[in-house]
Amino acid sequence: MISYLIKRVFQMVVVLWVVSIIVFTMMSFTGDPTYMMVPLDATEDEIANARMLLGLDKPYIVQYGIFLKNILGGDFGRSFVFRQPALGLIMERMPATVEMVLVAMTLALLLAIPLGVFAGAYPQKKTSRGIMAGSLLGISLPNFWVGMMLIFILAVRFNILPSSGRGDTLRMMGVNLSILTPDGFKHIILPAVTLCFSTLAILLRITRAGMMEVMKQDFIKFARAKGATFRSVLFKHALKNVLIPVVTIFGLQLGDLIGFATITEYIFAWPGMGKLLIDSIYMGDRPVIVVYLMFVAFLFVIINFTVDVIYTLIDPRIKLR
Amino acid sequence: MQRLLRKARALWASEFAHNFRGNISAIVGGVIILFFVFIVAFGPSLVKQNPYEIASLQLTDAYKPPVWLSGGDPNYFLGTDGQGRDVLASIVYGTRISLFIGLSAMICSSLIGASLGLIAGYYGGRLDGVIMRIADVQLSFPSILIALFLMSAFGKGIDNILISLTCVGWVIYARTVRGSTLSEKQKEYVQAAKAAGLSNRLIIVRHILPNVVTPLIVVSTIQIGTFILIEASLSFLGVGVPITKPSLGLLVKNGFDVLLSGLWWTSVFPGAFIMLLVFGINLLGDFLRDELNPRLK
Amino acid sequence: MTDTLLHIRGLKTYFHTFAGVIKAVDGVDFSVDEGEILGVVGESGCGKSVVGFSIMGLTEPPGRIESGEIRFNGVNLLDQDERKMRKIRGQEIAMIFQDPMTSLNPLYTIQDQMEEVMKLHSDMSAEQRKKRCMELLAEVGISQPETRLKNYPHQFSGGMRQRVIIAIALASNPKLVIADEPTTALDVTIQSQILKLMKRLVREHRTAMILITHDLAVVSEMTDKIIVMYCGRIVEKGTRDDIISRCRHPYTLGLLGSIPKLTSRQKRLLQISGMVPNIMNLPPGCSFAPRCDYVRDRCRDMPPELVDLEPGHKAACYYPVER
Repeated sequence: MISYLIKRVFQMVVVLWVVSIIVFTMMSFTGDPTYMMVPLDATEDEIANARMLLGLDKPYIVQYGIFLKNILGGDFGRSFVFRQPALGLIMERMPATVEMVLVAMTLALLLAIPLGVFAGAYPQKKTSRGIMAGSLLGISLPNFWVGMMLIFILAVRFNILPSSGRGDTLRMMGVNLSILTPDGFKHIILPAVTLCFSTLAILLRITRAGMMEVMKQDFIKFARAKGATFRSVLFKHALKNVLIPVVTIFGLQLGDLIGFATITEYIFAWPGMGKLLIDSIYMGDRPVIVVYLMFVAFLFVIINFTVDVIYTLIDPRIKLR
Repeated sequence: MQRLLRKARALWASEFAHNFRGNISAIVGGVIILFFVFIVAFGPSLVKQNPYEIASLQLTDAYKPPVWLSGGDPNYFLGTDGQGRDVLASIVYGTRISLFIGLSAMICSSLIGASLGLIAGYYGGRLDGVIMRIADVQLSFPSILIALFLMSAFGKGIDNILISLTCVGWVIYARTVRGSTLSEKQKEYVQAAKAAGLSNRLIIVRHILPNVVTPLIVVSTIQIGTFILIEASLSFLGVGVPITKPSLGLLVKNGFDVLLSGLWWTSVFPGAFIMLLVFGINLLGDFLRDELNPRLK
Repeated sequence: MTDTLLHIRGLKTYFHTFAGVIKAVDGVDFSVDEGEILGVVGESGCGKSVVGFSIMGLTEPPGRIESGEIRFNGVNLLDQDERKMRKIRGQEIAMIFQDPMTSLNPLYTIQDQMEEVMKLHSDMSAEQRKKRCMELLAEVGISQPETRLKNYPHQFSGGMRQRVIIAIALASNPKLVIADEPTTALDVTIQSQILKLMKRLVREHRTAMILITHDLAVVSEMTDKIIVMYCGRIVEKGTRDDIISRCRHPYTLGLLGSIPKLTSRQKRLLQISGMVPNIMNLPPGCSFAPRCDYVRDRCRDMPPELVDLEPGHKAACYYPVER
């Protein structure tokens, strides 16, 4: 067990290190940030001076070394735009993003699994076919367009829900949560629903496909031969077996959720990391972009690790190796 | 000619065609695709205005609603945008760009991805390990973020989009092809060919490739849709196509700014077309996948 | 005088596929008495497994029971709705499948899967169930039942899994057990152990058994009565002795002749020439005619019905082999 943990941690570190190299290299090609830091009427000397202060005159390898050293110390530099430590900016906005993603995730799971089980158990029924067509539509929807449609119909035309912003929050366990206030709740619904569409559709399809495969297995027939009710066959015998591919896909989907959250935040002006990223890209705010990417990479290795651990809980045949 | 007719008739009577005809989704998908092919091929000649010729635009016609609403103009069936551009015409031209990018990206990434997958699967060893490692690391990242990041570094432009999409998309091809290659490699006829002294390249091309084609087709159809959506998202965020070549995604972006004022047709229609296009592709792709999958039979 | 437990009349189960109709079971009659062991023998694809599933009501689309009667304990199973069938399955009639590796759910413990039958058909408390599980495991010869209960299927060998499956089948003391090729997937050395176990248990509990197999050697050891199937129909039926020592149908003769015997001086194994016909394209007349050494013109015209040869011994042949 310990050796497994050590191995995983080592792998995680390697991945993060590789990511840092890639991020640094790409960022070095995005033009000279010196111009962002100096006033518009700076002289050549002042610019050269600034460049030296920023360490941009040194060879790339050295720059990378400094970069790495700083990161390990938690220093991601200061945002060019906000003049605040970049890491702090991301951390401030993280709870908003996480909350939206979690709500979207929960919605997706609550709907996808029962619908998928039904569609997989009775694939020939008209309702099942309808569900599948709907799920196909779900993965064909452009995420940004859905958000816009929802805003237009519910916020502009009928004025039921707000079109942007986060609304009130309540502090619980040191974190500000929107879902705990009615106003906050109204603000979070549309973004979360927009976000959950594609994940919902994909999870539904995976659940259905998994169900159809599992239902063909011998142990299902054996369970029926014992006299088990169809419902217990579905939810006790079949579902657990289906969870394995579902958990895999879900882990991957979490990544896509975080990715699409950027777009959703942009549309709804939701004050999370994603909106910060988009704004930073527009304004060429390098440090913030770097922090965001490293943070997301970090989030990912954690998610992957958690998914692997969850496997062993579901399937006794799988051991941590 | 006779042989072609015979083959056509055999195809029509085959189980494949029978299932197609009996499957509503597949037919709907086929109709949608035909519709879009029609748009791409004949659209520009049927639409009266070329929205990119500034000279043909009438600024006074800006923001006209679709023809069935009050204030609509039969010349501009789906309304106009802020510059007097006919929304329908913009959609026609935009579809061509979106589709072009989607298809090109699919071709590029499938070529590169499939080659890498073949090499990894067939030759195995360190090469396989390295390629798969990269793939695994990349897969754990959301593709949209990778594409976003790459485009922010490269800058706008269709060629940059193609490069980014290829970087993002090769992985799934490599994985699929590698899987098929591995399972084919084990089969006896490959061992026999090797024993007979066939060169590796011949074996790959003649024996392995044909069996890899089926999953490749299935993956490719679905990937076109994915690429179209990614490009649309990138363009929507302003890091995709340049303003001179607006894809459907960029059209939506332009319309987003005025959506809150109630001028909905400039963004809703282009978005709906994106959805329709991808939906049609996915319907067909789904059908193909069920048909070409021996396991579910 | 034992009562007839199961009586099947005119059972037809067809599979409707895109390529055509497969008449898997095409008019089958037989009966099983209480405590009796019936062997159903035939090559792969002759429909013997489908008979088993039809009795249990487990035929899945595109298969469908077209017609016939399955009388169990006086009740026609084909008239019962799904709820009533569920009460019968596992309780009155149990089934053992061919592949022990795939019959058990890999994600649940043995205890869980054994207790499932008990929970479904009785009101036993948790303690009672656990006690019963241990009893059953001991009966089928699994040592250290206490620890084994908490194990998962992948921790058992093939033979042991089959023992567990037998234990599950017998848990509710069913009147009939249908065993579909129970030893085919096992090593040869384990096969006879399992068969002996099964025979002993069903005799002890006076359970009837339908033993479905392609292996005549198995059937000659285990059974009281035998029916031989070919292409969906019964070609010969009778007591064990009738079939093994005095078989009259050319197909049965061929099957018996192809068993290698240690003691005989046969130099070559008898072979049935030709191949099993395409089930969707059966020849008119007797299905076995194309391969029969004794075929005559009449055989190709109309399929023969079962005729009495001796009391209880029937064969579907116009010219049963003389002995």
